[in-house]
Amino acid sequence: MFANTLRRALCSLWGALVLLGAGNAFAGYSDTINLVKGVTDISHKVYDLHMLVFWICVVVCVGVFAVLIYSIIYHRKSKGAKPATFHESTTVEIIWTTIPFLVLVVMAVPATTTLLALEDTRDADMSIQVTGYQWKWKYDYLDEDISFFSVLTTPREQIEGSEPKSENYLVEVDNPIVVPINKKIRFLITSNDVIHSWWVPALGWKQDAVPGFINDGWTELSEPGTYRGKCAELCGKDHGFMPIVLIAKTEEDYAAWVAEQKGAAEADAAAATQTWSMDDLIARGESVYNTNCAACHQANGAGIPGVFPAITGSAIATGDMAGHVDIVMNGKAGTAMQAFGAQLNDVDLAAVITFQRNALGNSAGDMVQPSDIAAAR
Amino acid sequence: MSASNGGYYLPEPSHWPIVGSVGLFLLLGGFANFLHGGSWMVMAAGGAVLIYMLFGWFGTVISESQSGKYNAQVDMSFRWAMGWFIFSEVMFFAAFFGALFYARMWSVPWLGGASNNVMTSELLWPAFEAMWPTNGPGNVGGDYQYMGAWGIPAINTLILLTSGVTVTWAHWGLKKGDRTHLIMGLLATVALGFLFLGLQAYEYIHAYQELNLTLGSGIYGTTFYMLTGFHGLHVTLGATMLTIILLRSMKGHFTSDNHFAFEAVAWYWHFVDVVWLGLFVFVYWLV
Amino acid sequence: MSTATTHDEHHHGAPSGLMRWVKTTNHKDIGTLYLWFAFIMLLVGGAMAMVIRAELFQPGMQVVDPQFFNTMTTMHGLIMVFGAIMPAMVGFANWQIPMMIGAPDMALPRMNNWSFWILPFAGTMLVSTLFMEGGGPAFGWTFYAPLSTTFAPASTDFFIFAVHMLGFSSIMGAINIIATVLNMRAPGMTLMKMPLFVWTWFITAFLLIAVMPVLAGVVTMMLTDRNFGTSFFDAAGGGDPVLFQHVFWFFGHPEVYIMILPSFGIVSEIIPTFARKKLFGYSSMVYATASIAFLSFIVYAHHMFTTGMPVAGELYFMYATIMIAVPTAVKVFNWTATMWRGSMTFETPMLWAVGFVFLFTIGGFTGLMMGVAPTDMQYHDTYFIVAHFHYVLAAGALFAILGGVYYWIPKWTGNMYNERLGKIHFWWSAISINVLFFPQHFIGLAGMPRRIPDYSLQFADWNMISSLGGFAFGLAQIFFLFIVIKTIKGGEKASGQVWEGAEGLEWTVASPAPYHTFATAPEVK
Ligand code: HEA
Ligand code: HEA
Ligand code: HEC
Ligand code: CUA
Ligand SMILES: [Cu+2]
Repeated sequence: MFANTLRRALCSLWGALVLLGAGNAFAGYSDTINLVKGVTDISHKVYDLHMLVFWICVVVCVGVFAVLIYSIIYHRKSKGAKPATFHESTTVEIIWTTIPFLVLVVMAVPATTTLLALEDTRDADMSIQVTGYQWKWKYDYLDEDISFFSVLTTPREQIEGSEPKSENYLVEVDNPIVVPINKKIRFLITSNDVIHSWWVPALGWKQDAVPGFINDGWTELSEPGTYRGKCAELCGKDHGFMPIVLIAKTEEDYAAWVAEQKGAAEADAAAATQTWSMDDLIARGESVYNTNCAACHQANGAGIPGVFPAITGSAIATGDMAGHVDIVMNGKAGTAMQAFGAQLNDVDLAAVITFQRNALGNSAGDMVQPSDIAAAR
Repeated sequence: MSASNGGYYLPEPSHWPIVGSVGLFLLLGGFANFLHGGSWMVMAAGGAVLIYMLFGWFGTVISESQSGKYNAQVDMSFRWAMGWFIFSEVMFFAAFFGALFYARMWSVPWLGGASNNVMTSELLWPAFEAMWPTNGPGNVGGDYQYMGAWGIPAINTLILLTSGVTVTWAHWGLKKGDRTHLIMGLLATVALGFLFLGLQAYEYIHAYQELNLTLGSGIYGTTFYMLTGFHGLHVTLGATMLTIILLRSMKGHFTSDNHFAFEAVAWYWHFVDVVWLGLFVFVYWLV
Repeated sequence: MSTATTHDEHHHGAPSGLMRWVKTTNHKDIGTLYLWFAFIMLLVGGAMAMVIRAELFQPGMQVVDPQFFNTMTTMHGLIMVFGAIMPAMVGFANWQIPMMIGAPDMALPRMNNWSFWILPFAGTMLVSTLFMEGGGPAFGWTFYAPLSTTFAPASTDFFIFAVHMLGFSSIMGAINIIATVLNMRAPGMTLMKMPLFVWTWFITAFLLIAVMPVLAGVVTMMLTDRNFGTSFFDAAGGGDPVLFQHVFWFFGHPEVYIMILPSFGIVSEIIPTFARKKLFGYSSMVYATASIAFLSFIVYAHHMFTTGMPVAGELYFMYATIMIAVPTAVKVFNWTATMWRGSMTFETPMLWAVGFVFLFTIGGFTGLMMGVAPTDMQYHDTYFIVAHFHYVLAAGALFAILGGVYYWIPKWTGNMYNERLGKIHFWWSAISINVLFFPQHFIGLAGMPRRIPDYSLQFADWNMISSLGGFAFGLAQIFFLFIVIKTIKGGEKASGQVWEGAEGLEWTVASPAPYHTFATAPEVK
């Protein structure tokens, strides 16, 4: 009786395997059960290689399982089977050592060519430096003098379940990386703290961001579109919350975007020369705090004991202004506290410091102006 | 190879292992605690318990051995065990040698732009030129001088090589049954071992005080101290074991055909010797 | 004082009381201790997996916070690997190897006790980190630098020393096994007559001796980078974070074979017994095991295809990795050929063994897919990997362990387990484990990274199914605890032979096996 059950279970297992292959045919399903096909030549090569190896595995698997299932069914004592006495055969052993070897050689050939193509970053039209931070990405357009951070925008309320989750839950950011189509783009990937990994499945690869070293990868897109990915190397508490959104634009649209970025940079520079009121600073500081600091020091400033210190009641955040400015601008070497002087502009720094001193339960009562920050640089 | 089992000595239940576990737990847990501002007392207590255990355990083994409970097969078990224990030590050193080779052959050249790391050099460390020795592109630990091979290290090489000879010479004595010969050989070996340690201590002080070469001097300082330091630790251990063997020889232990403990320590000493040769070549000589 | 010659006057049976277990030098007692320790750790590590699956049951953060989630992932991996699977295998080795080769005990019984009794202390130190300020280790069981050095909580130093202690224990255990196999075999028991389980453990022991010290080395480097200013893993000082991964995986890859080779051994004992036919290709099994062990040292960087290795390195490690399929193929084919034209019955141990062959093969094939470097650029660090290694570890090593327990428990306790309950346990586990891990292939391919506490919406359905399978599989193991206790308490008495088709020295002694077996060596033809 249980042999029947065994047979049935094996069949359903089998069914599941076949389903994985057949799923390919059901376009609707293939999104959630098979490898992302992607939108570049390379990603198609990778996908095809994946399917090739997959089918080889399925075929060998079918062969082995068929023999196993056959003998499970027919070579049972209850079926009156008498044990045979053979227990070795050099010929057979040689055959079944050689065949897998040949199969592997067959796989290795396309694998080699695909790998070589994947790693060929020569002759790029433009380069973008991608830097991982705990827990956000920074993009520097090396030929354009554009540079910005990209942070998750999904609100806490959605994550904690007090609001319904939006369509792009956890894969939406404030400043997506924008690239032109039909250009070979080289990504220079590194990190500022721990190892991250920059991964947009539609491009067909991921590459680790290793602090102190630069790894590269490349892509060439042919269609405009929005492609979403995630950090793929455990990088601490918010590893699951540092997505990547990549937007491919036509060359005209891309040029327009570049111009717009440069305009924004000038506006920021102008804002830095003004004198700001306390309320304005605190208001702006709150949003800067929530995007940049709350991941560690928490939205309410309580920190996480033993890992990230509290801002509320912190001796630094309520004490001497110079010390506060110093730790925010220069960070603290050898800890997770980054040097925000290199990340935020003068206005944002002034705002967030003022905010920390006069909110989150602190009331130092003083403020710092963008011009003071500029002087401290 | 498989001798008859008749008479294989099976020890009584023993409390030494659990004492050892408690000691190890206190020593290591205490050390971790000490690193985070705890007192050193737990660690010291753990060390004391471990030493107590070692004396007790080896004391038992020695008295069992002296009362003739160990037959040739037991002896063989000890030999296999000691041999593979030494192999595990070799692998421990291999990890650190591996780190040294990796730094010299890969990571330092890469930081200087070699292989697929042109952009690493261009964007991150433009001022860095790869060479060995180095304290890295961050000039970690500040300027320093490296340790040359032909001063103390060369003398220490001679010392250790000589000690390898003297311990073998002592072994001849033991095999001949000439106890004075054995004791003289061991005495010389122990003396050379401690002389080596003294010179190494002097070298370290010199490096810290005059060369500004510290554990924190980038990858060169790191590999230099970790390799020579762990080696020194093993010399200390080996010299201590030799001392015990010396004391036992003076008490009249060991016979010309039954002296596994002596041989085990001698093997260990040769292992320490060979590691040193690797160090001399790769840490000191080929800088 | 006792030697084997005078042993008759002294201990016929086991001494009693708690101190029996603390001070014991008897391989069977120590085997029992290992097995219970492993079982408890399986439940602890499994409970952590339940926390993981509960949090992943649906999108959003419900049960734990992200930092604690990472701690759970880390501790689950560590406890399963070092606390459950490895000690269970050593438990089998202790019980079986002396009996299988006709030895009176392990070669170094006192050291054997120490190997075990370090474990509870190491386990305590590891688990105690959960209660320290800043929380336990949260950097994955692979503890990559610099997340585990500069950016780790204070408790990491305790974690480091716990790993050191685990290492001591494993090295001593392995030395003991090598000495036992080389030196304690009964007359006539030549190497090529040893049961395959002994062979696989013998080879595993060499793997252990070669790689545990390297693990000790890498955690020592972490310790000094954290506390004494060294620069192993810091580019500014000329080191490299990726160096950590090289050293770790030089240990880590052989480590996964440390867990699977003894499983191969167990399965190679069970299948011939219930096929009533000699193991097909005994000597090629031995050579295949040795080749797998050898290859395991030279393929390790397949875990690092995305770290930016030069392309020549990637090619080399890809070729070497997929080569492992060849000796593994030999194993799978030999088991198949053993079953072919046998006279099979399907008692519980056989069910687990057959289940192992099927599910391990699936896991092996996904491993092969990941060995292909360009596609691994997509698979790496996704749930596809998680599915792979649970097929080889949970549906592989753990299945072999469970099968082994059913196979030998009559010999250990003298009582038969309840066959009906055993079968229920098997089917319950076999089905739920596939519900648990098969969908993880899908979500991994579709793009869900591993080690994340929350995910975007397209992965919701399969995660929920996977979690349900997980809870069911967890309950099945609680059921197993019940079966084991029931068997120990009583049950049909087992004969010495136990299984009709069983061959080997352990079946020539009574059940339960006397406290001392083979005080005089048996003669092996
Ligand atoms: C018991 C444990 C175990 C075993 C046995 C294996 C077996 C294998 N593993 Fe696996 N592996 C792990 C445990 C294990 N693995 C773990 C824990 C990880 C993750 C670690 C982490 O990051 O946390 C991992 C990760 C891992 C990776 C890294 C993936 C990544 O992170 O990107 C790779 C890549 O190559 C890999 C490959 C393989 C291969 C090729 C085998 C081979 O040995 C499989 C060989 C078997 C077969 C191929 C099937 C049977 C063969 C036949 C029926 C013959 C026919 C074959 C042909 C014709 C080709 N494994
Ligand atoms: C070595 C063997 C081994 C085994 C047997 C298992 C068993 C299980 N594992 Fe795994 N696992 C690993 C080794 C193992 N694991 C490793 C090495 C990692 C990688 C870690 C890392 O990324 O660093 C990992 C990671 C890992 C992940 C990925 C986590 C992440 O990336 O964030 C998941 C997620 O589903 C998971 C789930 C499970 C489940 C559900 C089981 C089940 O089989 C467990 C079954 C449960 C029990 C046996 C316990 C019995 C139950 C109780 C005591 C509780 C009773 C309560 C209820 C039923 C509610 N494991
Ligand atoms: C990735 C984690 C992380 C982020 C993001 C972060 N910090 Fe910190 N911060 C730390 C850590 C860790 C420390 C403790 C450093 C130490 O050990 O002294 C710290 C310390 C501080 C302190 C000193 C507190 C004290 O009492 O010691 C201030 C002020 C501070 N951070 C401000 C900020 C501001 C402003 C931001 C955002 C613009 C920010 N931090 C973002 C991790 C972070
Ligand atoms: Cu950044 Cu994970
Ligand atoms: Cu591997």
